[in-house]
This record gives sequence, structure tokens and C-alpha cells, in this order.
Amino acid sequence: MHLAYPAVLAALLFCVGVYGVLARRNAILVLMSVELMLNAVNLNLVAFDVWLRDTLHAGQALTLFTIAVAAAEIGIGLAIVLMVHRNRGTADVDRLRDTAERPESPGDTPDGDTPDGDAPDGDAPADDTPHGEKAEATA
Amino acid sequence: MIPAAQAAAEAHGFLSPSGVEIAFLLVGLVTLGAAVVTVTTRQLVHAALWLVVALGGLAVEYLLLTAEFIAWVQVLIYVGSVVVLLLFGLMLTKAPIGRSPDADSGNRPVALGVALAAAVALVWVVVDAFRTTWIDLDGAVQGSTEVTGATLFKHWVLPFEALSVLLLAALVGAIVLSRKKEQER
Repeated sequence: MHLAYPAVLAALLFCVGVYGVLARRNAILVLMSVELMLNAVNLNLVAFDVWLRDTLHAGQALTLFTIAVAAAEIGIGLAIVLMVHRNRGTADVDRLRDTAERPESPGDTPDGDTPDGDAPDGDAPADDTPHGEKAEATA
Repeated sequence: MIPAAQAAAEAHGFLSPSGVEIAFLLVGLVTLGAAVVTVTTRQLVHAALWLVVALGGLAVEYLLLTAEFIAWVQVLIYVGSVVVLLLFGLMLTKAPIGRSPDADSGNRPVALGVALAAAVALVWVVVDAFRTTWIDLDGAVQGSTEVTGATLFKHWVLPFEALSVLLLAALVGAIVLSRKKEQER
């Protein structure tokens, strides 16, 4: 078999996963895209292991390890997503902006992103998430 | 090296794909299409079900590459447990059943641009690098259960045990994370 077939398929699957990670909003869909990227890497590992005829079968052993690490990752990731959903009521990665850097100039800020400290026109701070909820979530 | 590559190219030929290559291409198209639907559909549960198709197609690709054990592990772990976990996660976060209009975030054009640029660059490099390389699938099976088990427990025992400790840590971590505090509720 031509080696380009599995290599090209793995590259395309990886790029599909990259698109999903960047474009999806729900955290669980982001995790699905991460799984696609990991599977692309696995396909590359298996293809090159079969091509090189490695006596240690390093590629296939590493593929098994990657699958196990991916299983652990999906378990921990889903636990984190469920905890975030329990604390915030949402699993959208766009709305988890507590640690986001506020833009400096208040003129071009979108709604609700007014910086707390040095707003020259004296607007009241109107963050997306009130501070009480933040304190509760981190407690 | 170069005459050997030319000889290999003459022996195999670019325009006469073998049956394995045709099967690999067809299953690969199905897998890629399912992956694209997974990252673009607006119905969250359908995304998880299309992920089953993509991961199962990859298992078939492993079988075509004579890595049997990896293929069945893929079916067991990914299709069997990971997708079920994802479906449970979708249910527990109260994901909408029907079409959800906000499944994609606002940076979708940027994501499309990045993904297309990465795809073009990677495919170009890969095709250019492995133009005259063929996998020899005849002969001894590379990834049967016997071979994989022997190499895993002969040469890879220490990473294997470290991995079991990692899985245990992940199990404990998931339980600790998802446990409710006593003073809450």
C-alpha cells in the first residue's frame, strides 16, 4: 500500500479536529474534536510502524498508550466539564471568561467588557459574571 | 536510495492501485466525511453518533494495515466507552436534543482558515515526502494479538505499569472532581 494514503488521511483528520477545537462552543464537542486529533496521530503511528517493520513495535505500543491516555483524558475532562456546568449552569467555553484580559481602551470594548479600574468616563463595572458567583465557583 | 525508490515506483506503479488501497481509500472517505459531519453538525447528539462512524472507520483502517489488536482495542475503548462517556456528558449537561443554533462560536471563519492552511501544508509536505514509499503488507502480520502481547510484555512492561498507575490516578481524580462537597446541598 502506498504510504501516502494513511499519512494524508491522518493529516486531514487532524485538521478536521483542529477546526472542531477552534470553532465549537460546547465543551463536550471540543473534547470530541480532541479525540479526532488523537486518532489521527494513532493512525500515523500504526502506519509508520507497519512500514518500518519495527522489531520492538514501538508504534503499536505507543498507539495503545495513546488510547489509554485518551481514555483518562476524556474521563478527567468530562468531570471538569460537569463540575463547571454544575457551578455555572453552562458548558460553553465562550462564557467562561473570568480570567480573560480586559481590553485597555474602553472605547472599543463590547458590551459587558468594561474594565473595572481606570474607566475614564466612570462607567459602572458590568462584567459578564458577577464577583459573587466567581468567589463561589472558586471556593 | 534514489535508484531503489525508482525501482519501487516502477514495481508498484502510480495508476494501478491494489485492492487494499481501494478499500483503504473508500473507508477513508467515509471516515473523513463522518469526522467533518461530527465537527459541523448542529445537533449535539448526532455529533457523538457520527463520531462512532469515524472511529469505527479508523478501526477498519487499522485492520487493513494488519494491526488487528489495535483495531479491536479501538472498537472496545473508543466506540465502546469513550462515546458512551461523551453521550453521558451531553445528557448530564442538559444539551439540547434538537438543533442548537449556537453550537459554533463566533471565530468559525478563523478556525476554517487555520484548518485549511494546516491541511494544505500538511498534505503537501506528506505527499512530497512519501511519494515513493510503499508499505509491504504481505508476509507476517505486524499487529496480531500474539505479536503485540509479546512485545508489550517483553519490551514495554515499565511504561505499561506506569500507564496503569496513570489510569488509577485518573479514576481517583474523576471521582474527587465529580463528588459533591458535604456542606453543599
